[in-house]
Amino acid sequence: MNQTQSLPRTETMLLNVGPSHPSTHGVLRVLVELDGELIVKADPDIGYLHRGIEKMCEYRTYHKCMPLMNRIDYLAGEANNLGFCLAVEKLLGIEAPQRAQYIRVLLTELTRIASHLFWLGTHGHDLGAMTPLFYAFREREKVMDLCELVSGARMFPLYFRIGGLAADLPQGFMEAAWDFVKTFPRRWRDYDNLLTQNEIWKERTVGVGVMSAEEALNWGWSGPMARGSGVDWDLRRDNPYSRYDEFDFEVPLGTREGDTYSRYLVRMQEMLQSNRIVRQALEKIARTEPGVVKCDDPRVSLPPKELVYTDIAALINHFKIIQEGILPPVGEVYQAIEAPKGEMGFYIVSDGGPKPFRLKVRTPSFVVLGSLDKLCRGRLLADMIALIGTMDIVLADVDR
Amino acid sequence: MSAAVDLLQEKFADEVVAVVEFRGDTTVVVRPQRIVDLCRALKDDHVTAFKYLSMIAGMDYLPQSPRFGLVYNLYAHKNHSRITLKTLLADDQAPASASVSGVWPTAIWHEREIYDLMGIRFHGHPDLRRILMPGDWVGHPQRKDYPLRGR
Repeated sequence: MNQTQSLPRTETMLLNVGPSHPSTHGVLRVLVELDGELIVKADPDIGYLHRGIEKMCEYRTYHKCMPLMNRIDYLAGEANNLGFCLAVEKLLGIEAPQRAQYIRVLLTELTRIASHLFWLGTHGHDLGAMTPLFYAFREREKVMDLCELVSGARMFPLYFRIGGLAADLPQGFMEAAWDFVKTFPRRWRDYDNLLTQNEIWKERTVGVGVMSAEEALNWGWSGPMARGSGVDWDLRRDNPYSRYDEFDFEVPLGTREGDTYSRYLVRMQEMLQSNRIVRQALEKIARTEPGVVKCDDPRVSLPPKELVYTDIAALINHFKIIQEGILPPVGEVYQAIEAPKGEMGFYIVSDGGPKPFRLKVRTPSFVVLGSLDKLCRGRLLADMIALIGTMDIVLADVDR
Repeated sequence: MSAAVDLLQEKFADEVVAVVEFRGDTTVVVRPQRIVDLCRALKDDHVTAFKYLSMIAGMDYLPQSPRFGLVYNLYAHKNHSRITLKTLLADDQAPASASVSGVWPTAIWHEREIYDLMGIRFHGHPDLRRILMPGDWVGHPQRKDYPLRGR
């Protein structure tokens, strides 16, 4: 009898993961082909959370697109709104007042901290570290409270407007924000102590899911994912928007190895850098004139409420903006921002009407998830859980 | 930024239809036939070095004809510049173009999305299936003649 006949017959097995499973961070289904415990192929099946946001925006005025933008990456609503506002402002050729821009930076960076805390908690939890989740969510709650202060809503603040902000900061906000900024570095050390030198954590993350810098760019990686591979690129520094060029911060690159541990270090350091930016923003806001948070353009900004009730011209203006919407010139723009998860881009085509002719949202999660198969091949099934975690995807951001 | 436009006008003079500057964005309208060569040249050239594809957007310009188009947004980390390539597809009934997934693998998913939502086919694509809609879905929801609330 020859040897091949005596060996047991082997074949690959198809395993269904998700669509609803704690480690898939939302409704993601992955069809995994396994050879024993090794992954032969991982095919993500997405679209469970597809709401057709791009299509819906073609049917509503620019202002009315804003609530939908909030819900693209629902862990960082303010970042999406900032990107969309900047894109429409670019199309219109207007700029928000200085104070509004600083407040936008302040809230976007707070959102980045909240988003990274969510990633830290869930990523740790996926890999068996229970404690970071409780610690991270404690501070995330503080950021949520700050969002609630400015807008009344925690997850979807909807505080930014095209041309500025809905209102100035409320009383008591600055004190609460300072309180957060001062305590956060101390809290951060707690997470750092729990994981950074933890042997089990390093065992699960070092050398897992390695991507070279060149491949990272080929696969469209941006933000912390690309930086973990040593790509020294941050849109806030390299293509500054919303006055980021006036802020002093560093762009962390982790170990530059491109593995899960390096990406962990990048996001950890980014939280501290964001805290630095928030601190500077608070100082800058204090030096600007209170109340000036909308651009002085009657085509775009709603008149003050007191005037709407007393002045007929203001009332008409108010109705025109709400009913007709704003009318940008014919043209097309692309505006990208450094969202917590990477490059968030808005491509708007205007036909001169009050609604976008076409709005394309380039989301970082969609692009990164497209490389899951490449990262997983030849690795253990358990590594896939670490890799989905390190991608920091939000399925609402993937599916739109 | 002009380096990219120069390169295109020099090497692909017959392909470039128009160069549009709007609000600081440079858009080059090109013919669709040699889009892959063009993208390859922009990526491999030492000066332009567009190593990164930000996105591809499928366009439906109904009632215009040609009706369908593709928009590529490229980024160069070397000099932090962007360029937008825009191309209009000749066939209104069965729009198709060549896949750039061989140049940037990130295009695989972008093109799947465009196929799914716009119904534009890509030649040479390794895995052209629906991605967001269910596999047995009929129609392409992002087309302008597809009603907002579905059929």
